[in-house]
Amino acid sequence: MHPVPEPEAMMATPSARGPGTGAGIRLSGIGLTFHGAHGGPATRVLERIDLEIGPREVVALIGPNGCGKSTLLRVLAGLLAADAGTVSIDGRTVTEPDPRVGLVFQEPRLLAWRSAEENVRFPMELAGWSRARQAARAADLLGLVGLREYAHSRPGTLSGGTRQRVSIARALALEPSLLLLDEPFSALDALTRERFNLELLRLWERTGTTIVLVTHSIPEAVFLADRVVVLSPRPAHILADVRVGLPRPRRLSDLDSAFVSSLAADVRAHLVDTTDDAIAMEEARVAIPAGLTPRDRPRRYAETDPGTPALFDPFAPEDEP
Amino acid sequence: MTAARHPRRRRLLGTLAPVVASLAAFVVAWQLVVFVSGFPPYILPGPMSVAEAFVRAWTDGTMWPHVAATLVEVLLGFALGASVAIVAGIALARSPLAERLLSPYLVAAQATPVLALAPLIALWFGTGLPSKLVITTLIVFFPVAVATMVGIRSVDPRLLEMARSFRASSWQTVLRVEVPAAGPVILGAMRVGVTLAVIGAIVGEWAGADRGLGVLINEARGSLFDIPLMFAALLQLAIIGVVLYLVMLFIERRIVGAR
Repeated sequence: MHPVPEPEAMMATPSARGPGTGAGIRLSGIGLTFHGAHGGPATRVLERIDLEIGPREVVALIGPNGCGKSTLLRVLAGLLAADAGTVSIDGRTVTEPDPRVGLVFQEPRLLAWRSAEENVRFPMELAGWSRARQAARAADLLGLVGLREYAHSRPGTLSGGTRQRVSIARALALEPSLLLLDEPFSALDALTRERFNLELLRLWERTGTTIVLVTHSIPEAVFLADRVVVLSPRPAHILADVRVGLPRPRRLSDLDSAFVSSLAADVRAHLVDTTDDAIAMEEARVAIPAGLTPRDRPRRYAETDPGTPALFDPFAPEDEP
Repeated sequence: MTAARHPRRRRLLGTLAPVVASLAAFVVAWQLVVFVSGFPPYILPGPMSVAEAFVRAWTDGTMWPHVAATLVEVLLGFALGASVAIVAGIALARSPLAERLLSPYLVAAQATPVLALAPLIALWFGTGLPSKLVITTLIVFFPVAVATMVGIRSVDPRLLEMARSFRASSWQTVLRVEVPAAGPVILGAMRVGVTLAVIGAIVGEWAGADRGLGVLINEARGSLFDIPLMFAALLQLAIIGVVLYLVMLFIERRIVGAR
């Protein structure tokens, strides 16, 4: 294991504000049904979700494709109204997009006609900040994500990862106390992704927001989060809430530790029986003559020999429709 | 100071050379047709006599008042038509009800040739500037309004969700996301619209006016019977159209090019 160099990006400026301002969140009895257009069939997406998240906690939501993780995140962000239950941030109920929340989407969603700096200023403009205040805050944020020298570049000239940094800076523009990330790094290659995860943790240390992120990757969830919340297939409900007792600050080398592997295995154990693939495998097992497979034994990847690579990873990064 | 040593100048030369060559070829061909066919000057004057008439019309003060009148009609009418069209396009894009209520009239207005409407408009609005502005606005309106509507409708919904997550009001969404995102489409339609505005102005002048290039063309053909002058007026009209088009193109490039 080698020491991981501090990414210079994060060394740029001192924190824009002190840590410790994260919001506490409470989801109680969240349910949501999508009604099909033109009388199509209704789909139950979320079912009785109760979740409490403490200030400054980092929580990863993980679950099979299309289970409603992103939907849950949108409910948290106030973009979608749940038809049952309530979301409250620091005790106040969320009914519409909330100024205390910053949202990072799967794609950077930058405005192509604006420079990186102007994109970061976008939320401040909407909020009616003075120009001087906008400029100062944008400079701080671009420093925070290590993009000072790209301030005047258009998104079209930036790489995918750099664009996503701009989008993170934009999400932090109004000093949110809750940062929501919807598979923010899923479009990046594996190495860049690891580096971005590390940067995200440094950012979290500096800004002190509460973070809820949706991810497909079990190691990513374990590496980033204090708690990994495992969701079931539709309608999503909480299957498990796995506490990650890994000390902070975390390092990329932690990813290789046995502790992380066993935690990841624990998360996977909750997940594996819920995926389409797992169901298909289960059906295949039933089709095999009795006696050949010990069906009564709990199936856990952790019980395979150490060092054996997983045959497949249903949570490999991919784009969710 | 050769062109080769200045990349900018060389590029300009590279753009201009073919244009100049094609113009020269056109003039030569024109002269050749006149020479071979033996058409009399009152049917097809040669390029030299048209050039002469052009210079004469500018030096003796015949041309300018007409050019000025037409330019005012074109520019004002275009500005009016495009502004109304952008506002209408935004309304149409945002309100399906507005689209359902208004689109029959829009299409009917577009389907009725403006040439046929011109006498009526001249009757209602007189032979002054207002009737030309109405006709020009009418002709510019449709393409720009439709492009604005289509452009705004096709803005990536993910950008709109992003704006909503930052609590953008619907007014902020229009001005800061939808219109800029639809900008290239709207500007492209405006580029077409500015050449249509020239047509609108001339049609308006034919329906009744005492000044303008349309009037000059009519007079040169009728009372003056100076066909080279008529060709000179046509040439002037073409120059106005091309210059306005290039100006719009330049503006478009400046705004959109950097994306």
